[in-house]
Parts: sequence; structure tokens; C-alpha cells
Amino acid sequence: MHTLHYDDKDIRAILKSVRTIAMVGLSPKWNRPSNFAAKYLQGKGYRVIPVNPGQAGSEILGETAYASLDEVPGPFEMVDIFRSSEAAGPITDRAIALAADKGIQVVWMQLGVRNDAAAERARAAGLHVVMDRCPKIEYGRLFGELGWGGVNSGIISAKRPKMGG
Amino acid sequence: MAGDNPKGPPPPFGFETRAIHAGSRPDPVTGARNTPIYQTTSYVFEDAEHAADLFNLQTFGFIYSRLTNPTVSVLEERLANLEGGRAAVCAGSGHAAQFLTFFTLLEPGDEFIASRNLYGGSITQFGLSFKKLGWTCHFVDMTDPENIRAALTPKCKAIFLEILANPGGIVLDVEPIAAIAREAGIPLIVDNTMATPYLCRPFEWGADIVVHSTTKFLSGHGTSVGGAVIESGKFDWAQNDRFPTMTQPEPAYHGLTFFETFGDFGFTTKARAVALRDFGPSLSPTNAFYTITGIETLHVRMERHVENALKVAKFLDGHPAVDWVSYAGLPSSPYHALANKYLPRGAGSVFTCGLKGGYDAGVRMVETVELFSHLANIGDTRSLIIHPASTTHRQLSPEQLRAAGAGPEVIRLSIGLETADDLIRDLDRALTA
Ligand SMILES: Cc1ncc(COP(=O)(O)O)c(C=O)c1O
Repeated sequence: MHTLHYDDKDIRAILKSVRTIAMVGLSPKWNRPSNFAAKYLQGKGYRVIPVNPGQAGSEILGETAYASLDEVPGPFEMVDIFRSSEAAGPITDRAIALAADKGIQVVWMQLGVRNDAAAERARAAGLHVVMDRCPKIEYGRLFGELGWGGVNSGIISAKRPKMGG
Repeated sequence: MAGDNPKGPPPPFGFETRAIHAGSRPDPVTGARNTPIYQTTSYVFEDAEHAADLFNLQTFGFIYSRLTNPTVSVLEERLANLEGGRAAVCAGSGHAAQFLTFFTLLEPGDEFIASRNLYGGSITQFGLSFKKLGWTCHFVDMTDPENIRAALTPKCKAIFLEILANPGGIVLDVEPIAAIAREAGIPLIVDNTMATPYLCRPFEWGADIVVHSTTKFLSGHGTSVGGAVIESGKFDWAQNDRFPTMTQPEPAYHGLTFFETFGDFGFTTKARAVALRDFGPSLSPTNAFYTITGIETLHVRMERHVENALKVAKFLDGHPAVDWVSYAGLPSSPYHALANKYLPRGAGSVFTCGLKGGYDAGVRMVETVELFSHLANIGDTRSLIIHPASTTHRQLSPEQLRAAGAGPEVIRLSIGLETADDLIRDLDRALTA
């Protein structure tokens, strides 16, 4: 498997265009990584819709949870997958099937989640695909917050950053 | 875009560019170009929810300068970048950085292995003060890496060394030592103070954690005591059950699991969120500012430090009053080949020499020099000199002095950035006085 590299400008464009994210595998427990990511993204103005069959009907972070992508009412531009690499395959296929109907443009697989075959199918269907990355960390990295925790963002620039990204 | 870019990342920026820019962008509000000194203890929350998120570590941001400070953060990111690491946490001194590291790794009853060739203060910290916390350090002669394997116990949770050791011109063969650590499933911690990331980057040789006394060459002007812990981000804390501190829910944080939640920057996050929070040895923003400013010229300074050190070492090596010179930059040094491998740009600027006249000649020398400052520090623009037997190592017996590389005849020099000929003339005068 080759090392994945995403250009900063592409990730930035995704994070700027997306407003609503269906997060598959979002945990209701406050101290789980998925809950951390969702809470952070909410704070940045994204709407995060929980998709978690075990939690269908209950609320997570103030949003109603649904059993599957099919059941989410209304449009969402991004599917963020907090499941295993194998499980990401069929979830990606549902995203492809629902893309036109729901306005899905991006399939994002979390850190440690990578399914190259599924990614290929999504790309062929015209979707943007990001794998093995966390949108929270990418947001923090690209918009200047990650370094606050002493993390190496790798960003070198003498340009004055625009407020709010 | 549709996916990843198969061409890979653009070419990386050079060390010099990163030494000046990493971690520091113009201020988005004012446009201030240099990093401001955020001389503040605390930060106003946006609202109650934001405050809760910050306290839960759910969002990035500032609460209180014992934990994080925007000036200190710039230094942390810069050091992480220059070492080729993932993340860093700063501390009020090099010793405090070592404490944060071991407090994060060890439980009472745990053990670790350290090189016998360390800065004397580290030997005392590990051997005596850590003992009171229930941590046992086994000191080993790492010039033969097999000694480490022999000393490993099931309770050992780390290996610690100085790649270029203070004071003695010793260079350790880090690659095989890293292999032993990997095999044992424990992190290799390297104190890179003497080399700085300009001369050596231990992560490239298999280290997992790097610690610094930024007091020395990084701040570089003798202005600011400070320290740092940097993690490579590559160590798998879940590979065995030895690091519950990283892989089990943390009671000091409502059951948060640091490795799972923060991944490749989990160790520094934990060192900050628990050890720095609860013990409080923070770096001041003003000291961080001086250190950031120092690092911007690190590459230029280190080149001259090394050039001057080699000139002075060669001079001393040929001086009739000098018995021996221990500088890995000299071709005659037994560590010269290792220095060429790990420190190709130079073997630092701190070394020792032995005077034929013994103890009395040592005392006379430190009292006769005019340009060298007689004090207990290294890594200043100024050249420094000390006679360990009559100062830092006074209380030791002759046998202990010799084992510490601080026999009665030993002088330690830290070569600064003055005119090399002036330094040589000063030493020559003192040696023949
Ligand atoms: C190699 C080395 N490590 C650690 C330290 C301790 O650092 P600090 O004095 O900043 O606590 C020193 C200080 O002399 C040192 O030389």
C-alpha cells in the first residue's frame, strides 16, 4: 500500500465547502475519540448527524441518531466513517448510492481507517475521498489551532492568516 | 481533487527555513511579524461550553499558562519540527523535562536503564531523587550496547542516553541501541542537548522520545533556563501491556484514554495534561521568547561553535602542558568514526582535556584565563571553563571523580563564538602561566 498524501489546498477546500457531516460510528460516550471529533466540529460550525444503529432514535450531542445513512432525513455533504476498514466498504457503497439524492460529495475515513477498493469506487462515482485522516486534526492543523498543543503542523508560511481560516 | 495526490508531498523546507519559521506565523489580528510574548497567566473563555470543552481536552485552546501559552506553543511546535517529531511539550528546565517524561512513563516500582555517561545532574536526578518516587535507574556503560541487553528487566520501561555525552566527548552508537529498545518494546529516550537538532536528529536513528535542556545551545546566549520533551509519534504504546498510562482510562482525566484519543501526539498530550498540570514546572513565556529568538540563528551559531571547538581542540592536543583531549571531532578520538556517522556536521563544542599538572594546574588555569568565563554552564555565545574536581564534583572521592570523567586533572570547556585565535591565545597564556 502506498503512503497517502493529500494536498493541503484540497483538504482546506473540503473543510470550507462542507457544512453537514453524517458521522458513522459516533459514540454517545463523551470520552470516546468519535465524540471528541464531533464536539470539536460542532464548535467550528458544522452540523454533525450521528449514524449509529445501537443509538437510533436517541440524541448524541444534541442531534438525533439514525440507524443508517439511508435513514438520515435531508441533505449532508460528507460521510465521516468511524468504523473498521472492512466496514468502511459497504458504508462507502451506501454513500455512492445515496450521493445524488442526499448531495453527498465527500467520503472521509478516520485515522487508521483505509479501504482502497472502496475509495476507488467512490472516486469513480465522482466523490472526493480522504482516508486515514481526522477532520478535527486537519481542521486544527490547517487553521492554526493544532500547534497550540505543541503539535507539529508542518505549515511554514509568512502570510498573515485570515481570521477564522 | 478526487483523492490523494500520488505525486506525494512537495519537497520539504530546509532546516534553516524551519528554524526561523516553524510554529510562528504572523499574528492574524495585528499582523505582528515576530512572535509576541504572551505575558499572561490566563485566557477568557468564549462561554461556559467552550470552557468545559477546553477542560475536557475536547478542543484546542488556552486555559492557563501552567498548561499552555501561545508563546511557549510556538517554541514547542518549532522544536517538534526541527527534530522531525510529531509534538513537543516544554518545561521550566531540562531537568523538569526529564521529570515530565519519566512521570508519564513510570509507575512506582518501575525501572529504566540509563547511560553511565550523562550530565552529572541527570545521574543525581535518576539515581537519588527518582528513587524516592519508587523508580529505579540502572546505569550501564553503553559504549558496548550489549550491556543494555544484559541489564534489561521485565520492569524496565525505557532506555535513556545522551548521544553526545556531557562532558566527555563520548558518542554512543545509537542505531543498535534503538534496535534493542525496539526488541524489548520500550521507548528509547535521547537527550539531544549537546548536539541540538542541527547536528543530530535522534529520531532518524530510531529514538522515540527526545529531551532537551533548551538552556544550552538552543537558547544559545546564556539567557534562559528551559527544557522540552518531543515525541516521534511512531511508538506503539499498545504493542504490549507495559504502558497502561497511555492505553488505559486515566482516572486523573475522567477515564480518558490518551493513546486512543490523541494517537501519535498522545504522549506529549498526557505529559502536559497530567504531569505538567499536576506538578507545574512550566516554561515562562519570556524564556520561551528568548529561546525562539535563539533558535532562529541555531544553524549559523552551531557551524561556528563547531569550527571554533575543532581549532581549540587541535591547539590543546598539541600543547606540551596538556596530557590528553577528549573531543570526538579529533581524528585521534576513539569516537571519531561514530561522530562522523551521527554528527557529520561536527561533534559539538563541549569537551574535556587533562592537564599534566593535575589538580593544582586545573585550579590555576580557571583562575588565570581572562576571556573564558569560569562558571557551570555550557552552550553560550561566550566561551566557558570549569574545573569539575574543584567545583561541581567536589564531594566525590578520587575513584568516583575518575569514573565520572572528572578526574583532578580534567578541565571542561564550552567553546563560544569569539575569535578562535583569541581563545587559543588566552588558553596558551593560562597553560604556561
Ligand atoms: C546534557 C544535559 N542534559 C540536561 C541538563 C539539565 O538541564 P537544565 O539545567 O536546563 O535543567 C543539562 C544541564 O547542564 C545538560 O548538560
